[in-house]
Amino acid sequence: MSVLPLTKNGHEVMLEARGMSKRFGEHTVLRDISLSIQRSEVVCLIGPSGSGKSTLLRSLAFLEAYDDGEVFVEGELLGYDRAQGGRRVISRPARLREVRRNMGMVFQQFNLWPHMSVAENVMEALIRGRRLSRAKARKLALETLEKVGLVDKADAWPNRLSGGQQQRVAIARSLAMSPAIMLFDEPTSALDPELVGEVLQVMKHLAEEGMTMVVVTHEMGFAAQVADRVVFLDGGQIVEQGAPAKLFREPSSPRLAQFLKNYLERNSLFDDRPAANGTCL
Amino acid sequence: MDFSVLTEHAGEIGSGFLMTLWTWIGGVALALAAGLVIAVIQLSAGPWIRGALRCYIEVIRATPFLVQLFLLYYGGPSFGLSLSPMAAGLIGLGLYGSVYFAEIFRTGFTSIPQGQIEAAQMLGLTSRQIVCRVQIPQMLVLILPALVNFTTILGKETPVLSIITVPELTFVLTGVGAETFAYVETLLALCVGYFILAELCSRLGQWLERRASLYLTQGVRTPRTLKPQETAA
Repeated sequence: MSVLPLTKNGHEVMLEARGMSKRFGEHTVLRDISLSIQRSEVVCLIGPSGSGKSTLLRSLAFLEAYDDGEVFVEGELLGYDRAQGGRRVISRPARLREVRRNMGMVFQQFNLWPHMSVAENVMEALIRGRRLSRAKARKLALETLEKVGLVDKADAWPNRLSGGQQQRVAIARSLAMSPAIMLFDEPTSALDPELVGEVLQVMKHLAEEGMTMVVVTHEMGFAAQVADRVVFLDGGQIVEQGAPAKLFREPSSPRLAQFLKNYLERNSLFDDRPAANGTCL
Repeated sequence: MDFSVLTEHAGEIGSGFLMTLWTWIGGVALALAAGLVIAVIQLSAGPWIRGALRCYIEVIRATPFLVQLFLLYYGGPSFGLSLSPMAAGLIGLGLYGSVYFAEIFRTGFTSIPQGQIEAAQMLGLTSRQIVCRVQIPQMLVLILPALVNFTTILGKETPVLSIITVPELTFVLTGVGAETFAYVETLLALCVGYFILAELCSRLGQWLERRASLYLTQGVRTPRTLKPQETAA
């Protein structure tokens, strides 16, 4: 077990971005992002579409190669190796896998493998990566599926399941690898509204169990209830961050206030809802 | 017309037929293997290697098979490469077919959603495992019709091998025709022979496609029955 860097308060830093930037061609998508996530912390990334929140999350997993700055996963530099003369080069695949080994990711589109049964989806990385026997992998897969309430679907095919069930399988597939950090990229955005709850419920349980989580979401209710910290991005920059109660009730930046106002207007059923600073979240 | 010529030379014709079948299977096997390798390298290699492969594909596609074969068989010795007619024929078919199969495989690879690959990467699978376990099983189902189609086309290129004296069906039957002046009978027999081969191939292809589409819609491969110790406690 490596010794993790500590924050001033003595918390372990699980994931950290320092001055990270990301460009697509001429367009700067992320500008000088610094973000530090502690063990067991649940951080929600919110912001308008195009604000860079998904790119930020994907950069934290090195699914996008960030250009400047650094990302550290449990104290290890992610994605780059220091080369001679201070230059850095993209890590070899084996090194990248090593630094990412304790990181799990859940995607908006679930990304289950449709040619494998639910159980096989969960078992695959256990067998190939962790070198477990089929029997052991299956046992672990069933235990993990039990956690997301889908053990009875173990031998079903992914495309026979509802979106919510598929996403829970995707969560189980990540969880089976016993990650220390879970990244969620808009996990409920592709779901029918009535299926959102079951996925959020599973994520809530994970948070209660102390999982370190970074969640890109449009579910402000989830962010308000579960997040320890909400980070608001706009134009590729962190505009504001803080505890959800503080952030949602008293946004200090006009952009966040406007974002919350738009959100409330979109999501209010009746016109007589108080429109101001989001007290009804 | 007198088809007795055919029965008189039945032995030769039979062995010619088998030779055609064998060069076809051998050529397709070589072409498939080389095509897959080319496609995988194209996926992962840097720009220089990709460019070189692109050139190779363009050159092979833009030149006739006959010319390639001549170059390999008659031109080979000038490059220190002396091949028997059979070896030249097989390698020629393999090279010629590889680029078409490579293009088919490449389309197959790009048809698998990037997200599935990212999910596999985040779970720590190696690129080789991703190719073998995630991409190939899914894409085979999709590209099977194209593969079968080109396999049939490659089968119909095997007569070209007769020109470098590989004793396959065309070589044998045109020989018999020249010897006995029964040109029409032997050419008709030739048509029947290739028709049988193409028909065999397309039947096999249809059967495979049916299996594959059942596999995709998940009817055939019902999940394995559980052994007792595998069931979670």
